[in-house]
Amino acid sequence: MSTTTAGGFVPAEMKHGSLRRERRWAMIGAYVALAVFVVFFMTPPFHMLVTSLKGSAEIADLSGNPWLVSAPTLQNYWELLTQGNYLLHFRNSIIVTTCTVLISMVVSTLAAFALARMKFWGSATLATGVFLTYLVPETLLFIPMFQIVGSLGLYNNMWAMVLIFPTLTVPFCTWIMIGYFASIPKELDEAALIDGAGHLQMLWKIFIPVALPGILAAMIFAFTVSWAAFIYPIAFLVSSDQMVLTVGIVSDLIRADTFQWGKIMAGALMAALPPLLVYAFLMDYYIAGLTAGATKG
Amino acid sequence: MAQVTLRKVVKAYEGGVQAVKGIDLDIADHEFVVLVGPSGCGKSTTLRMIAGLEEISDGEISIGGRLVNDVPPRDRDIAMVFQNYALYPHMTVFDNMAFGLMLRKFPKEEIKRRVENAARILDITPLLQRKPKALSGGQRQRVAMGRAIVRDPKVFLFDEPLSNLDAKLRVQMRTEIKKVHQTVRTTTIYVTHDQVEAMTLADRVVVMHGGVIEQVGPPQELYHNPKTRFVAGFIGSPAMNFIPARLENGAGALRVHLPGDIVLPVPAERTARYSALAGKEILFGIRPEHLTEAKNLERPNVAQMLATPEVTEPMGMETLVHFKMAGAEICGRVDPTAPAAPGQPLPMAVDLNHMHVLEPQSGRVL
Repeated sequence: MSTTTAGGFVPAEMKHGSLRRERRWAMIGAYVALAVFVVFFMTPPFHMLVTSLKGSAEIADLSGNPWLVSAPTLQNYWELLTQGNYLLHFRNSIIVTTCTVLISMVVSTLAAFALARMKFWGSATLATGVFLTYLVPETLLFIPMFQIVGSLGLYNNMWAMVLIFPTLTVPFCTWIMIGYFASIPKELDEAALIDGAGHLQMLWKIFIPVALPGILAAMIFAFTVSWAAFIYPIAFLVSSDQMVLTVGIVSDLIRADTFQWGKIMAGALMAALPPLLVYAFLMDYYIAGLTAGATKG
Repeated sequence: MAQVTLRKVVKAYEGGVQAVKGIDLDIADHEFVVLVGPSGCGKSTTLRMIAGLEEISDGEISIGGRLVNDVPPRDRDIAMVFQNYALYPHMTVFDNMAFGLMLRKFPKEEIKRRVENAARILDITPLLQRKPKALSGGQRQRVAMGRAIVRDPKVFLFDEPLSNLDAKLRVQMRTEIKKVHQTVRTTTIYVTHDQVEAMTLADRVVVMHGGVIEQVGPPQELYHNPKTRFVAGFIGSPAMNFIPARLENGAGALRVHLPGDIVLPVPAERTARYSALAGKEILFGIRPEHLTEAKNLERPNVAQMLATPEVTEPMGMETLVHFKMAGAEICGRVDPTAPAAPGQPLPMAVDLNHMHVLEPQSGRVL
């Protein structure tokens, strides 16, 4: 560079300035890229919001600008919350998801602890096997699942979801937690063993508190999968009172070829609120959990 | 408090590799015993078998007269300090130290009393409410020791506790450990690869090599009367010199014939001990401090030879000189004022009062 003086000596402030300039360009680049992403990903929710605030007539009117609301109304929200089964679906989703998350966490924490720490014959193979089951797609599984659910007499019963969703969540949650538990130094359990802890005490008093970020990451994953699951509920639930939100919205608000777009959008937006809240509060833990072991902590 | 006994203890891994090959060891009540040896000698495995963290393949281990082969670690009444401290990161110093007592359902007041007492011994009272990540390495190691002390166990086990500390702190903590042992007098088994730690801390040192015990004894005995070439070479820094030589019989006296036609007379009182090897090839062993610059030749049994140093290392209080003799690297210790310089011949005095004669094949020291 022309700023280099004879003898290769670069004055400190100049070097500093060029560094700062480089950093500024990097920041501008990052902001531009982020802005593009934000626009790209926020457009659909924005469109949903706009549509949810319109009356049916305004939505059907093709002459207006679809991105603007001329006569904003909360009619869609009001009707959803006061008529029909929307609140029931919401309640079902909360019950199913809460149970799924609880079951998944109990099963996968115990499984991960056993697979990561209690070395037994075939434990390594079993750990890989657990992960492989996660790779089998739902679309392949729902017919055999249908038979199982049917033979248990749980067809068209939302509790079937509590039984089935853990098959989607447990393998991946176990896998995340095996990684997390494996990153806990072996001496820590040996110290606990000598201090007098049994395996369950060790899990409860040492592993769970130490691996909390990983456990929360797994919990968020289980929550998301359960809240957003679509194929199993649409295959197994037929009556409106048993439905969860994902299928409830499309079943109740679409009648033949009549789409109640305003309500669908309002319902979907409200359904997106719980995940939004969960992510907002636990995001830091989630990132910490996913990158666990990537660097020496 | 208790004695620890090991009888024919074996640790074999799958595939037939034996880490520990049938060792016998008796550790007395209140004793501080250090297991020392190079990596892979089986010292840590031995300690872990005593702790119950490794299963014993064969043999018997007793603590306080009770056979503990099948007793889980928590019921062996031992406490262990690990190399990387193994503090529970989510607990305060107080909780870390109290954890073992809480699991054993001690009353709260008793726990508090014991933790505060241990904290006072280790000088960590102001740290009790901190988390481990807010502590320095030395402080963490103190907490780890505190966790062991509060339990008031029969035996303390230390697994290379100072290896993660910097050199200065290591010396300081070494003194600290010795002080703690003098205060609590609990039987202690300490594993290290550092022979200086072994020498300074131990009542008795156990030198291990290749899964067997080479020699057991007080530090001074190991230093002055090693039984094998391994012990002679391992204990002491810089290590003992081994020079291939020949033991000759001449005119009723034994002589050591070193390469380069250097002939050293064996002190008369040692003649009987070495006579069996007369006329044979031997290894001549001499510690660096007994290979000094020639200044006090008037003492009996001190012979002179000429050496040409290749490297000199001034250490302050002394200077190490390195030279070669028949391919063997030899190290001597000279006074810092001695005219030692690379390439300059230097008259050296060999103190034969401290010579060792080894059988080359067996490595046995006579």
